[in-house]
Amino acid sequence: MKLAFTAEENAFRDEVRAFFATALTPELAHAGRHRTSVYSSKEHALAWQKILYDQGWLVPSWPEQYGGCNWSLTQRYIFACERARAKPPALSPMGLSMLGPALLGCGTEAQKTHYLPRILRGQDYWCQGYSEPQAGSDLATLQCSAVRDGDHYVLNGTKIWTTHAQYATHMFCLVRTGTFDRPQKGITFLLLPMDAEGITITPIRFVSGAATQAQVFFDNVRVDASQRVGEENDGWTVAKYLLEFERGGGASAPGLLEAAEDLRTLAAELPDAERSALETRLAGLLTRIEALEIAELQALAETERRGSPGPGASMLKLLGTELSQALTELQVEALGTYGLVHQPGALAFESNEAPIGPAAGLTTVPFYLNNRAATIYAGSSEVQRNIISKAVLGL
Amino acid sequence: MALVLNEDQSFIQATAAEFCASKAPVSAFRALRDNPGPAGYDEDTWRAMVELGWSGITLPEAVGGTDFGWQAMGTILEQTGRYLAASPLLSSVVLGASALSLSENRALAEVVLPQVVDGTVRLALALEESPHHQPYGAALTATASGDAVQLKGEKRFVMDGGSAEQIIVVARESGAPGDRDGLGLYLVPREAGISAVAEKLADCRAYARLTIDATVPASQRLGGAELLDAVLDRGRAALAAEMLGAAQAAFDQTIAYLKERKQFGQVIGSFQALKHRAADLFGEIELARSTVLDALSALDEGRDDAALAVSLAKAKMGEVLHAVSCEALQMHGGIGMTDEFDIGFYMKRARVQEALLGNQAFHRSRYAALAGY
Repeated sequence: MKLAFTAEENAFRDEVRAFFATALTPELAHAGRHRTSVYSSKEHALAWQKILYDQGWLVPSWPEQYGGCNWSLTQRYIFACERARAKPPALSPMGLSMLGPALLGCGTEAQKTHYLPRILRGQDYWCQGYSEPQAGSDLATLQCSAVRDGDHYVLNGTKIWTTHAQYATHMFCLVRTGTFDRPQKGITFLLLPMDAEGITITPIRFVSGAATQAQVFFDNVRVDASQRVGEENDGWTVAKYLLEFERGGGASAPGLLEAAEDLRTLAAELPDAERSALETRLAGLLTRIEALEIAELQALAETERRGSPGPGASMLKLLGTELSQALTELQVEALGTYGLVHQPGALAFESNEAPIGPAAGLTTVPFYLNNRAATIYAGSSEVQRNIISKAVLGL
Repeated sequence: MALVLNEDQSFIQATAAEFCASKAPVSAFRALRDNPGPAGYDEDTWRAMVELGWSGITLPEAVGGTDFGWQAMGTILEQTGRYLAASPLLSSVVLGASALSLSENRALAEVVLPQVVDGTVRLALALEESPHHQPYGAALTATASGDAVQLKGEKRFVMDGGSAEQIIVVARESGAPGDRDGLGLYLVPREAGISAVAEKLADCRAYARLTIDATVPASQRLGGAELLDAVLDRGRAALAAEMLGAAQAAFDQTIAYLKERKQFGQVIGSFQALKHRAADLFGEIELARSTVLDALSALDEGRDDAALAVSLAKAKMGEVLHAVSCEALQMHGGIGMTDEFDIGFYMKRARVQEALLGNQAFHRSRYAALAGY
């Protein structure tokens, strides 16, 4: 969508664009362009986070007293577009986009005062303990138990698919503190340090070859009761609130539009037999991405009004991730065999290994494979459809 | 059109299924992925396949083959596809040996084919020079000088190009890249001036970039574009058979998982949203199977619409394998994303199989052209 910007907004765009152009070091620019999943490495994410923090632009949507920018929605949209254009490393979302908003909405003053500045400064690096081997789509049946013992909870059980658990200093997690008529009741939301005694972490290798996720085991891990967010047995409320931000907190369209633009260049170079078919599919995707962009802007305004994204976030998560997958399908196809290259050694900054095809081909397959998880994590597409049909449509 | 296997074909299929399950299961491919030997496949397993007669299935008895035909070869490849068994069947026996058996150069065929059948010579077809399938795209030059021909240029992503003893090189004798006229296929021994560098793709099979600077006698010429088209169509139909096995395996494993994995107090296969998608995939696989069988029998019968049937099969099979591999992973959920689970292997192999010898867009376009659109 082409928004008509005012002179001030144009000046802001120029300022943001100039910032990205100068702030990204060669290594961070390389890391951003060679990202193979929605996550950058902890090292690159935190290095980029510090630069944004020093600039004061780390968490534009937070309240100003906690580090927000007090930007208009248009400014936030401009920032998202310029970020998509500059392709910096991805920030780790667990603290900044998930726990942060959850603490702002549900945390105690002490929790906010202690944790929020540490999240912003990158002193704490968070991971999310939600899924368990037997509680994936059916998250509410989670079994990892926390038993009250004086001022502490004692945890036993396991969490799985925990992104960056092996690099995290802290985890926010859902534990079972009671059994009631509904599985959603009896869940408690806890914060804990990853160096606590009794925690073991086993990295999980994915189809892409990367081990970004892990399984975490708890063996009588003691957590101070002050580290509970929300009421005991009422953690589902916090969890759902957080999930809305995880699912609908961002703007995915600007990044998708950038990827579509790159594809257009590739498609133009295809042999005749493949070009027109791919261009037609790309045009079809573009119409859907443009529509999503408008919907995301409306959702942003809605979030501003009501304070959280609401169940409509499920629709945006569903559309954004499915469109993203459709784009990566076209990327693989447009690059032909170059888009199928398996050459992890050539990905590193200043690698000595010459790429088999163009540099863009190196990330295509790993990103494609990692991106298959986008319709599984944070509630699979099937779960999002269930939520829409139930919470929005009342079916 | 024979769409039911005869007794010989059924026997071959049963043997292939048993062999792959015991000697070349997915766990063997996993081990190979982690420790690839020099060839990229297990050479003992390949020798065992040769002993079973698989290297001569489509070749006449005069050169040591059994002449069981393409449908029989298809049943074998369906099984190797199912178990992801790596071997030079496609590169050497399907593409390579076809270039000789269909060649008018009988003298050369009579020397080399018996060696392919007994496994002492492995062949590979060096065709592509770009990342997209372009059958007539060769720029690699063939320059005649007296009774010799000098071949000079580069080939990309040559299947088993690093291990084959002899390479069939598609070269440009006249005209420009893209012209169907002016192509020549030459049989070139590796030591005549071919160097190989491995090019690793997502499926972790063996592909190579070949740098060719070789001079061979003019008698090494096998044919031109007509031969190339016929060879490629055998390759495409055979590859489609392998893809059928892969799609069936990924589908079967997914159905088994739908019956086993419980969420919300019931097996996830009891949810209608998944049941309907599974039923649709079943129908799609059956459609694809029909097109593959038809393409193979068109080749056996020498039908004049064989090229059309082959493009139909490769396009349809590519489309279905694509859908099945995506749905298989999605329906497995998180566990499907792990390297420990086999289902991801099928997705990685599928993307390469789709691209090899022409992707869906290429074959839809070729189908349209052949059908007179």
